[in-house]
Amino acid sequence: MMKKIGSKLIDWIDERYDLTPVRNLLLHKKVPEHRHSIWYYMGGVTLFLFLVQLFTGILLLLYYRPGEDSAYESVRFIVTEVKFGWLIRNVHSWSANLLVLFAFIHMFSVFFSKAYVKPRELTWITGFIILVLTLAFGFSGYLLPWNELAFFATKVGTDIVGVVPVIGEPLKILLRGGEEVTGATLSRFFGIHVAILPAIFTFFLVMHLLFIQQQGMHEPEHFKNLPEEKKKYIPFFPDFALKDLLLWVIVFNVLIFLALYSPWELGNKAQAFASAPEGIRPEWYFMFMFQTLKLLPAHILFLEGELLGVLFFGVAGFVWMLVPYIKIKHRPNWKIQPLTLIGIIIVAFIVIMTVLGYIL
Amino acid sequence: MRKRFFYLSIYAITILFLFGFVLSEKKGDKTKQGTKVDQCFACHKEIENLPKDFSENDIHRHANLSCFSCHGGDPNSDDQDIAMSPSKGFVGTPKRKDIPKFCGKCHSNINIMRVYQPRIATDQVEQYYTSVHGKKLLAGDENVAECSSCHTAHSILPAKDPRSSVYALNVPNTCNKCHGNSTLMKNYNIPVNQLEEYSKSVHGIALLKNKDISAPACNDCHGNHGATPPGLKSISHVCGTCHVSNMEYFNTTRMAKAFEEQDFHGCEQCHGNHGVQKPNDEMIGVGKDSKCIDCHTEGDKGFAVSKKIYSSLTDLKNKYDAANAKYLEVRQKGMNDVEIGFQLQDAKQALIQSRTLIHTFDSAKVSDKTKEGIEFSNKASLLAQKEIDDYSTRRNGFAIATLAFLVFVIALYFKIKDKEKKAS
Amino acid sequence: MKLDRRKFLNMLLGFGGIGGILSVFYPVVSFLIPPKTTEPKVNSVKAGMSAEFPANSSKIIKFGRKPVILIKTDDNEYKALSASCTHLDCIVQYKNDTKQIWCACHNGIYDLSGRNVSGPPPRPLEEYEVKIVKDEIVITKVG
Repeated sequence: MMKKIGSKLIDWIDERYDLTPVRNLLLHKKVPEHRHSIWYYMGGVTLFLFLVQLFTGILLLLYYRPGEDSAYESVRFIVTEVKFGWLIRNVHSWSANLLVLFAFIHMFSVFFSKAYVKPRELTWITGFIILVLTLAFGFSGYLLPWNELAFFATKVGTDIVGVVPVIGEPLKILLRGGEEVTGATLSRFFGIHVAILPAIFTFFLVMHLLFIQQQGMHEPEHFKNLPEEKKKYIPFFPDFALKDLLLWVIVFNVLIFLALYSPWELGNKAQAFASAPEGIRPEWYFMFMFQTLKLLPAHILFLEGELLGVLFFGVAGFVWMLVPYIKIKHRPNWKIQPLTLIGIIIVAFIVIMTVLGYIL
Repeated sequence: MRKRFFYLSIYAITILFLFGFVLSEKKGDKTKQGTKVDQCFACHKEIENLPKDFSENDIHRHANLSCFSCHGGDPNSDDQDIAMSPSKGFVGTPKRKDIPKFCGKCHSNINIMRVYQPRIATDQVEQYYTSVHGKKLLAGDENVAECSSCHTAHSILPAKDPRSSVYALNVPNTCNKCHGNSTLMKNYNIPVNQLEEYSKSVHGIALLKNKDISAPACNDCHGNHGATPPGLKSISHVCGTCHVSNMEYFNTTRMAKAFEEQDFHGCEQCHGNHGVQKPNDEMIGVGKDSKCIDCHTEGDKGFAVSKKIYSSLTDLKNKYDAANAKYLEVRQKGMNDVEIGFQLQDAKQALIQSRTLIHTFDSAKVSDKTKEGIEFSNKASLLAQKEIDDYSTRRNGFAIATLAFLVFVIALYFKIKDKEKKAS
Repeated sequence: MKLDRRKFLNMLLGFGGIGGILSVFYPVVSFLIPPKTTEPKVNSVKAGMSAEFPANSSKIIKFGRKPVILIKTDDNEYKALSASCTHLDCIVQYKNDTKQIWCACHNGIYDLSGRNVSGPPPRPLEEYEVKIVKDEIVITKVG
């Protein structure tokens, strides 16, 4: 019965809009099956979490009121008065964190399987931009509840922008909407979080997804070298999609579990002239940068340590984005290829700095 | 020839002009008879011989009074001998002992004073002579304070003007000019540390540090013109002008009578005077900071009462603190805290009232109040605990949802397995 | 047997799926329904019918998280003032004999327009606006 209506509907659309390309894509797209197949699902999970963010974000928008005297109150209102408001808010916060985590996992899995090489350079670049935008989402969203911790984290975060020579100070003022973090910053971050970033993000996300659909899944080296008859594929639809769905439901359940058992506290309302409370920390995904800047000496040669650190991260990020164009000679007698080694060092650096940030 | 004429005419014009100027000046002198130049001021200003403390803002100057209004003499004459001749009523600088009468010429005369303010007080001089300052002055002591010691002589401002030496915030320092001077005070055997003590007291901090002019300065307890140390009996009235309930409670107790008989100074006995601190619960009870055990010893009734009051008070305090901690936790967690807040406010009110009730020295009255407060605290605690529990027990819904997801996930898993089997 | 297993799995899938969808939709729909207090910040509060409120009496109204004392004077005029004493935050009360506002904690006294008249209160009580809308008393914050 349902199936009949469904196929009739598809026929109706097909008659008018010719669904052949979609059908071809669905029917012919294949996903290679091998021992590293699990990484193919990371992008999907990231996408799913983004959709959760989109959905819960829109819901929160119904009650959230930006503004110095209303932001904190409205978030308090959401989590105390609105039915299931606590759930929506906590899912939004948790999903944001998981989103960043899975985006990082996705990126490194792509890096280590060398999926970014020709012809997938643009997929990598758009992906990197999406990651940066995701971090910007996280940074701007963190301030919106207007609590003490967020207030000071934003202060510190925007201060770091200020150390960049020449453009740093104007950029900081532009970000803050003034000299200091005030209600003006809040309105600005709100606008960035709900309008500017989503617009840019959507564009790059669509590009990213289109590129993937166009080129299909990347086959890693060891798989490509297999004889044709030994290569195993599963159809994207419905097999891979069903597995995706399975994983999404599990992730979703974990998300609710986290929202319930480890909710984000609201804290105290931000007061501009209060002294900074103890334990001012950025979100964990900024921790490695924050910690590095903290550990750098005040002066390195004639440059300020902090400035050097900021410049370093800027350049490193840029180089990382251009990884598909970096050619390093293949060394047959090396056990680990140089680029992979660099990747491992970067991951180790991020992990160690993050851990240090929490234990120091 | 032509040139000479030109010069001559310039001279002529100049002379004519000057002549005219002098004439007009004379004419002005006559027409402006009422508000003409005050020669005392003009002359003294010119020779830079104005009083040291002279201020343009002085209240008398603003009321169009000038030097001669107090010092006499003729302000119209620019001749020093005429203007300052005793025949013109000139009295010069009054002797110290005459100053109260000097000011009193006007200030004790309601007919003069009512022009400036209908209900103005005119009893300052009268009051002054009842004060220690006044009595000593009459007895010929020239070191004591008279009007100008506090009000200054020539920069007098109304007490509500923040620049005034007698503005509430400035009073402590004004008094301290003499009372902090050890050589001056040696003759009277008075300590000089009052300001130092006062600035550390709850009143002093409120006034001097927090600039709260509703806090008492020296004159609020000692009076001003009638300044005198509060008598034994009046001390509780002095404190009681603000701390009304405490005084009312205290005055009805047997302690009040006992204090009087023993020459104890009411409030001061326990709370001190200039250095009065914010009271704390340790002042009651039988601990080492207790004031009660100064007189009461183990075994007497007061000792037992003090112990009882202390225990019911600390009981409430602990319950309130516990409830408050929970309340803060609820707030921190972002749960509903409004009702808890109201209960806590009632509990806090009961705590404040029971602290005031200490002054009845009636353990039953205190414990009645603390019981009330404990009830509110417990209610708040209970509500807070419910919120905190709620925070971690939103689980039933989650369990149901998880069940549904689990069924779905398992079914989907087997479905995929089936499909794979079929394919292979 | 094989068919049964398939049917059973489909059934489970259906149940689980519908259950899952419901457990998403139920919270979302509940979230969308506006809660009783529709504003995160209270700006006005209803305080009952004016006819049921006797003259020369008062009551304490919860205005958000702040208590407000509503007074009906002898000549049926309404006054609403913050009920938190400016001295130590005790809740003030209306004395119907002296027609003053009194704080029991330290005998602070305010007049009916909230001015601190005697005792320790350092500041007047904050005033609220009272309007009668269709016989119902509504208290609103000034400014």
